[in-house]
Amino acid sequence: MTSTETRTTGKIGDSPLRPDGTLKVTGEFAYSSDLWHDDMCWGVTLRSPHPHARIHGIDVSAALALPGVHAVLTHADVPGLNRVGLEHLDQPALAEDVVRYQGEPVALVAADHPETARRAAKRIVVDYEELPALTDPRRALDEGVPQVQPGGNLVRELTIRRGDPAPQAPVVVALDFEVGMQDQAFLGPESGLAVPDGEGGLDLYVATQWLHVDQQQVCRVLDLPPDRARLHLAGVGGAFGGREDLSIHVHACLLALHTGKPVKMSYARDESFFGHVHRHPAWLRYEFGASEEGRLAYAKADILFDGGAYASSTTAVVGNGGTLGLGPYNIPSVTVDARGVYTNNPPCGAMRGFGCVQAAFAHEALMDELADRVGVDRVEIRALNGMRDGDLNITGQLIDSAAPVAELIRTVRDLPLPASPEGERDIRDLPGGASNTTHGEGVVRGIGYAVTYKNVGFSEGFDDYSTARVRLELTGGEPVATVHTAAAEVGQGLITVEQQICRTELGVDRVVVHPKNTFVGSGGSTSASRQTYVTGGAVKAACEAVRAAVLRLASARLGVGGLRLDGDKIVSASGEVLASLADVLGAEAVEETVEWHHRPTEEIDPETGQGNAHVQYAFSAHRAVVDVDVELGLVKVVALDTAQDVGKAINPDAVVGQIQGGSAQGMGLALMEEIVVTDGKVRNPSFTDYLIPTILDMPPMQVKVLEYADPHAPYGVRGVGEPPTISSGPAVAAAIRAATGKALRRVPVRPEHITL
Amino acid sequence: MDFLAPSTWAEALAAKAERPDALPVAGGTDVMVEMNFDHRRPGALLDLTRVAPLGEWAFDDGRVRLGAGVTYARVIAELGSTLPGLAMASRTVGSPQIRNRGTVGGNLGAASPAGDSHPALLAADAVVEVESAARGVRHVPVADFYTGVKRNALEQDELISAVLIAPPSGPQQFCKIGTRNAMVIAVSAFGFALHPDRRAVGTGIGSAAPTPRRATDAAAFLAGELEAAGLWESRAALPEGLAAEFGRKVRDAAAPIDDVRGTAAYRLHTLSVMARRAATWAWDEHRRAA
Ligand SMILES: Cc1cc2nc3c(=O)[nH]c(=O)nc-3n(C[C@H](O)[C@H](O)[C@H](O)COP(=O)(O)OP(=O)(O)OC[C@H]3O[C@@H](n4cnc5c(N)ncnc54)[C@H](O)[C@@H]3O)c2cc1C
Repeated sequence: MTSTETRTTGKIGDSPLRPDGTLKVTGEFAYSSDLWHDDMCWGVTLRSPHPHARIHGIDVSAALALPGVHAVLTHADVPGLNRVGLEHLDQPALAEDVVRYQGEPVALVAADHPETARRAAKRIVVDYEELPALTDPRRALDEGVPQVQPGGNLVRELTIRRGDPAPQAPVVVALDFEVGMQDQAFLGPESGLAVPDGEGGLDLYVATQWLHVDQQQVCRVLDLPPDRARLHLAGVGGAFGGREDLSIHVHACLLALHTGKPVKMSYARDESFFGHVHRHPAWLRYEFGASEEGRLAYAKADILFDGGAYASSTTAVVGNGGTLGLGPYNIPSVTVDARGVYTNNPPCGAMRGFGCVQAAFAHEALMDELADRVGVDRVEIRALNGMRDGDLNITGQLIDSAAPVAELIRTVRDLPLPASPEGERDIRDLPGGASNTTHGEGVVRGIGYAVTYKNVGFSEGFDDYSTARVRLELTGGEPVATVHTAAAEVGQGLITVEQQICRTELGVDRVVVHPKNTFVGSGGSTSASRQTYVTGGAVKAACEAVRAAVLRLASARLGVGGLRLDGDKIVSASGEVLASLADVLGAEAVEETVEWHHRPTEEIDPETGQGNAHVQYAFSAHRAVVDVDVELGLVKVVALDTAQDVGKAINPDAVVGQIQGGSAQGMGLALMEEIVVTDGKVRNPSFTDYLIPTILDMPPMQVKVLEYADPHAPYGVRGVGEPPTISSGPAVAAAIRAATGKALRRVPVRPEHITL
Repeated sequence: MDFLAPSTWAEALAAKAERPDALPVAGGTDVMVEMNFDHRRPGALLDLTRVAPLGEWAFDDGRVRLGAGVTYARVIAELGSTLPGLAMASRTVGSPQIRNRGTVGGNLGAASPAGDSHPALLAADAVVEVESAARGVRHVPVADFYTGVKRNALEQDELISAVLIAPPSGPQQFCKIGTRNAMVIAVSAFGFALHPDRRAVGTGIGSAAPTPRRATDAAAFLAGELEAAGLWESRAALPEGLAAEFGRKVRDAAAPIDDVRGTAAYRLHTLSVMARRAATWAWDEHRRAA
């Protein structure tokens, strides 16, 4: 909640240190779970133990009777509309007559100690009548299955029809693929603090990805105007899409307004697994038709996403899975059917890679199959079919900037390979590591490739913008810029990017990043790899407006026109230095606020799926090298190398950081990350059994960053955060297939899939 | 909840006798997790970390007497060559933080079928030394110590004082399957010891039955075959077929279940592979030592 200020010379293209970096490494960074207020209460949530049940009554009297309890609330205490949802208002903030998934919030408790609150929650008696649950999404649209939502079980169906409706090809390959449910697994659990202002309004400090959409949702449920519910970004410990939907927001506010006290909520790890949406599990059926040389003639895809009990962002995930689900390839004839359905499984929504991750496993596995069938090298088949600048994608959209698929995949191929193992090896370098399961026996090396493309920014006609306020004034005789946006810093490095842009545009050294809150216009979501592009664009535009105002001021002061800013000097048209920025500013503060929109996109045609759905595309490729103990099914990823076109690396260190982290997360899905759901119940809501890669699982990476500027984007940037998560997993899966000779049509690949 | 903090062993035993509901805590890496999850709400915690002798180890009558409070980190650093099997198992436990806090005594106290020290202790014929104020010291062979899922042979008033382990007369091995390369609970585990002095074989199976257990028949089979083929004398290579048959017999000694960490079939399969490999490595080392 304090301002961040750093002094570096870093402009665009440098890698100045991030202001939060040292604090995070030394454990001093204040995360949302560290929020504190004297006199605060603790809020806890009572959740449904059942995937589907009718609620006949809720008795809170025993909970209220516990000393130290300040409030016990149910849906009956919601003042406004008891509905939340990012794209569809289909989810009660607190359950009414039905619960639709295990973990659905039913009641809230505030008490003066978290343990008291937890004990009180256990005393709440909910009279449930269990209902038959729909837990197999493949049956969601059948006759006679339980209806999860009043409008039926279909969230969205998307069709793409392009080219020949009945295409033929000499070579046909097909497969079915299944992707398990991945979790964002951010380390900072959902948490926040709601502080009532004594006048019926409040301030909510919360770790989130989009303050303004949260504010809208909170206000709707609380029945408050926006100026009465002000949101402030608290320290975010990772997000990856899992903080796009609400978690504690409405609940903490309800409790704060009822008790008149500040209320803190902070989930424990197990609750976190129920407190946010996950990546959609998917079932994919793909077919490619190609020439004898391996050139694609047609592709068919049938994709099913399990959306779980509430829509969250399933609509947009289906949009991405459908429009981008055939990968970065030129395909003349296309048939795609993508569906998202409701079930009584945990709700699924946004996660890094958003619909493309699932599809990439299928199209990349099938591309290898095609390569082998026609006898073309697996890299060259991707180069042969890969998109280029000027091509049309499967929705008929012109790719109007770099699309270096061939270059990316050949680049990763040409990177040095890790040395072949010789002689005695340290067991920590072998599959199983220190667990001492092999000294080399059964170990086979495999190499796999994958390539992807991903949209950047919000799509399908969404008016996607960000707002920036930049103020320039003298502080201690030195010009200082203050930049204020509501765009969430979730660890990706946006704060540093905002500073770099201000330094570059305004010639100042010192840039203060104002705390993020709703006192400035929306920054849009920190998702879809969009903030450097969109908020970066807004900050740039605001800086340009400030600069113009300063130059107007200078013209007026100096009585000359045609001025420009060169570093911190005011320079005449002929290049003569006339004054310093400081001279011109004097006691004046120049402030401009700009709302900046990216190029508009369009809704796609409901029947053909054709249209300019996306604003920008980002491309990446990976090469994975794995050692597999084929007898035990254990995998050690030896190398995971990548090439990615980022348009322009505003902060090269941060770019590489995003690529490394994204690659690890994609690898995690290929190897181990899965929420196991049986009959609608989560079986592994803990880091004991939801495994994410450790440092012994993640190999060193070679990262090749290409910079083909996108002429339509500020500074030529291309979103960076998501592509690595998409192409890394399929490359790892391909490498395991290469080592084992097994088809492996499901991820995560479990050891028993290899051995049995 | 009361917090009892004895500073001597006698005080600790007295406290446990007086408060049978007191839950001992050593490194706390199991206890604190259970309390956080509200799986346990003991009347009292009995902190053993101030009882200095528990954190010590020494040679005693030809055996290592390993205090119940000795951490994995110290087993690895100080006993790597003296107790190789236990040290190998210790290296696979959790993360550096857990190895710095977690103790072998705590692993025995928790008696989880997935505890990593158990297969090594079983293979090495360890003996658990327990004591009560009323009845004094009792020695429990480790195979008798595990009585059920997360249950052990301790009486309500007893504490574990130490584990007694004879230094090996031959090579030892420990292998553990997990779905990631570190920080993982065993899907299955196997401990192996060659006892050339007794011409015997030691085994221990983890995570593949309600309790850690031995593969008694497999061990007897292998020792017998080594004897019959004169291999103890000749130190000739272990026939592949023999190692494989030993693996199958180890597998047959297990009774695993399907759970979220792995299937029973996979656990059985891995046991046969681990047993075959471990026996081969140990035998090869035995041959090299000649
Ligand atoms: C992140 C994490 C990872 C882990 N990874 C592993 C792993 O890889 N392998 C593994 O085996 N375990 C693992 N564990 C579990 C745990 O670390 C071990 O079981 C460890 O050996 C427990 O030792 P401790 O000293 O911390 O025991 P504590 O938690 O202090 O006690 C454990 C139990 O033993 C009892 N106890 C302790 N000392 C005595 C005594 N002297 N007399 C009688 N009873 C006693 C306690 O009452 C309690 O019931 C992990 C735990 C965590 C949190």
